[in-house]
Amino acid sequence: MKKQDILILYLSNSSLESNVIGWARHYGDKKKIGMPGDNDSPPYEKGIEAIHDGWRLFQSSQLEQHPKGDEYRTGYLKYEFFFEKIK
Amino acid sequence: MKKRKKNNFLLSDNQMAEFVSKGYLIFENIIDNKTNKKFLSEIGHTSTSLNKKNTDQAWLAEHYNEIMKTSKIPLVKAGTPLKKAYKKNSALNDVINNPVLSGAIKSLVGDRPKLDHHFLHITFPSKYYHDANQKISQGNHNDCVIDPREKTFDIQLFYFPTAVEKNMGGTRYIPGSHFRMVNEFAIARYHNIRGQKHVVCPAGTIIIFHHNIWHGAGINNSKKIRYGFKIRLMPTQKQVKLWTNKTYKNNHDEEALYWNRGIEKNSIKEILQKTEPWFEADSGRLDILNRIRLWRHITNDKNFDAAYWLTRIENDYN
Repeated sequence: MKKQDILILYLSNSSLESNVIGWARHYGDKKKIGMPGDNDSPPYEKGIEAIHDGWRLFQSSQLEQHPKGDEYRTGYLKYEFFFEKIK
Repeated sequence: MKKRKKNNFLLSDNQMAEFVSKGYLIFENIIDNKTNKKFLSEIGHTSTSLNKKNTDQAWLAEHYNEIMKTSKIPLVKAGTPLKKAYKKNSALNDVINNPVLSGAIKSLVGDRPKLDHHFLHITFPSKYYHDANQKISQGNHNDCVIDPREKTFDIQLFYFPTAVEKNMGGTRYIPGSHFRMVNEFAIARYHNIRGQKHVVCPAGTIIIFHHNIWHGAGINNSKKIRYGFKIRLMPTQKQVKLWTNKTYKNNHDEEALYWNRGIEKNSIKEILQKTEPWFEADSGRLDILNRIRLWRHITNDKNFDAAYWLTRIENDYN
């Protein structure tokens, strides 16, 4: 049975060429666990390096207009990219 | 003008700016060993408790319940003034009256804060757990639902009565995350964030966190129990110039963003503009704006600015 590995990257802007600022790994193999705080160094320096390494991008976040009156509030990480590898 | 009672341990301007910028302050080893031992004894910790070769998970629950039942940590009603929360001669009373800590508390939330809640976190070594889900670290979260307050903030004291070594899975926290308005575990998807830190400290350390800082507990891979006692405090007064009588006046000699002299090292302006490794290019700038806004509020200096960040968007002549 083929299984899906997931890589989630958060980038410093909306371009895949920008720096990785956050990340998470999930494995199709039950024996492997990706967990919070498991690595202080990112798997790639830039988002595009994941593509070069064979990851397939299947979702990225939209650019959204800033709501009036709330332009300066910060919250969730904005530039989220989901990748997969089928093994 | 009412004379301020002298407290030589109030925070400095730079420490206040660090708190505004990073959302935390660390006071290593400020609680003496005698008080640490007293606290451990009052909660019923026994150093030999994990040497029983007892690997039964039920025993852990039993031990935990025993600590919760027999500990001298009082049940304190939410909203109780901090001054009335702990009995004289108790370890916790000694902790909160530590001059360095009480000076920091007074500087941040004033001299009559209320206790929101307190809690003893006990993290047993992971080898005692059989369930896989208890061998997974806690997800990132903040300790609040969506909190719309922009100027008022609570503080959370984290007291570590024993040393926290690297393999003990001390709290992971994200410097500078306190302005990010999120809803508790909604951010658990963010497993790792560039620049994240993990608490590693000597016994008797206190870390004061802004209530909104993103954090999560790690796994304890050591053979020792990890304790962290948390006290959340809320102010009952405006958090303006609580640490000083100084009058702050912006000198209007505002440097440009790319000033050729560079920003003065360790100045308030430099501290407030230090970016975190995880800041997005755009939102990170908004975080700097929010730091400057909070600094204006706590210093009552409405014209303060750094590198013209706010001034340039404040001349909308309608």
